[in-house]
Amino acid sequence: MDNSLAVSVRGLRKRYGSVTALDGIDLEIARGEVFALLGPNGAGKTTTVEILEGFRDRNDGAVAVLGEDPAKAGRRWRARIGIVLQLSGEAELTVAEMVSQFAGFYPAPRDPAQVIELVGLAGLAGRRAHQLSGGQRRRLDVALGIVGRPELLFLDEPTTGFDPEARRKFWDLIRRLAAEGTTILLTTHYMPEAEALADRVAVLAGGRLVAVGEPAALGGQALREAQVGWEAADGRKELRTRTPTSVVAELAAQFGGEIPGLTITRPSLEDVYLDLIGAQR
Amino acid sequence: MTAHSMQRSAAPVSDLPALPGAWRTGLSMGRLEVVAFFRERQAVVFIFALPVVLLVLLGSIFGNQATAHGISVGQVFTAGMIAGGIGATSFQNLGLSIAAERERGSLKRLRGTPMPPAAYFIGKIILVFVCTVAEVLVLLAVGIAFYHLHLPTSAAKWWTLAWVYALGTIACSLLGIAISSLPRSATNATAVITLPFLVLQFISGVFVPYSDVPPWLQHIASLFPLKWMSQGLRSVFLPARAVALEPGHAWQHGQTAVVLLAWIAGGLVLCLRTFRWRSSRDG
Repeated sequence: MDNSLAVSVRGLRKRYGSVTALDGIDLEIARGEVFALLGPNGAGKTTTVEILEGFRDRNDGAVAVLGEDPAKAGRRWRARIGIVLQLSGEAELTVAEMVSQFAGFYPAPRDPAQVIELVGLAGLAGRRAHQLSGGQRRRLDVALGIVGRPELLFLDEPTTGFDPEARRKFWDLIRRLAAEGTTILLTTHYMPEAEALADRVAVLAGGRLVAVGEPAALGGQALREAQVGWEAADGRKELRTRTPTSVVAELAAQFGGEIPGLTITRPSLEDVYLDLIGAQR
Repeated sequence: MTAHSMQRSAAPVSDLPALPGAWRTGLSMGRLEVVAFFRERQAVVFIFALPVVLLVLLGSIFGNQATAHGISVGQVFTAGMIAGGIGATSFQNLGLSIAAERERGSLKRLRGTPMPPAAYFIGKIILVFVCTVAEVLVLLAVGIAFYHLHLPTSAAKWWTLAWVYALGTIACSLLGIAISSLPRSATNATAVITLPFLVLQFISGVFVPYSDVPPWLQHIASLFPLKWMSQGLRSVFLPARAVALEPGHAWQHGQTAVVLLAWIAGGLVLCLRTFRWRSSRDG
């Protein structure tokens, strides 16, 4: 087993009855990496993540998470991972009580008070969990996921429903955890989030991985061509090219200076993502 | 921090700090279960006030009637209501609360941690024992104050009270845990759990004196723990001559213990086989 890998998946298959949810996934996540799993609803993101978390069994394939098979791993392994789950309600316990309770499950937990401060709930430690706002509750979820000092943290759509400021703060928190060496696997529907946080992203569609790479390079050159647009005498022109600089130089020479209505755009991660999952349909 | 986690992941397994044990974790979970329970006012009122209100109501309506053997109906109701109260806090409340925890994802979240599964159940057992003891004390106080109930005077009766309480509570708790997996959602749980319990209370001598229950319903009641619990408690709290009111003209302690132990064994198997940490919607 390659010890530099936090997650190693080969030929992962999962069927629900006659429906194939995962159709041969290969995936490697290095230790210390922030990895984002993207894909439309029903593409198999949650199934993949839950197999890696040990919540779900699989039909076929080799899976190693921190060197162990999640389907067989025990408490010692659970102590090394952190899972951030969203609940639809909470007990009548305070933030401090819950974080301390979860700290008690782990052999070498972080200090609960520090964790509460780290997620930005320091002033609310005495507040009952069900009285927190949605964003605050999500921070509590994260606190419970990281209090055990996990080597690998799973985050499933962590910022859904956040306002922009809360989202930025949350991203800072994730960056801090990553800087401390925590490997992070997150799923998200929000492309700027993947761009902001992930070292690499993977796009899952129809139970297969259709692309894996750095956010800026996803989809390869073909999907990454720049689009140059300008106002010609006979209307607006657009040209896709890998060499936008020379196109602009040519146009500048042609117009003898300013190019009217010049735009140069590169496809965003979202454009590339939509191209990728569109091609699957 | 980075250096620390690096060292930790590189260390051989034997050097790692020990995982917290089930008992210690379970005890601290039990403490929080109790704290959370008593903060939930609605549940507290429902669990503790309902049997008292019913006892006072039934006692006020029928309490002054005396049975053929000079036993006050108030005494009969108090003994039965204590059995019902134990069932309400163990079977009904435990079943409903676990179903709700499963539905909102608390159980799944716990399962994702290295918490020993036994710790969760130890925590629940602590909650049930605290609640049932409190329930019994409250109902005893009401019974003694208003319905001529007397605390047992002999060691034998205290011993009967102790084992009927313990076996009854354990049996009802296991059945509560088992039935919590049955409803597909917490909203259905009320129907799946509350309804059968209500019926059992009527036919097992809680709301209606057992001797007034038609024989065919008595046969059904005999299959479940509640009838035996209330019969055992009647043997503790009613005068010896009240045995004449029992259908079998005997307190049947041996049979009571056997039925409760059988339910404990069956309930344990059922729990181990059917307990789910995830809601059914969660696939």
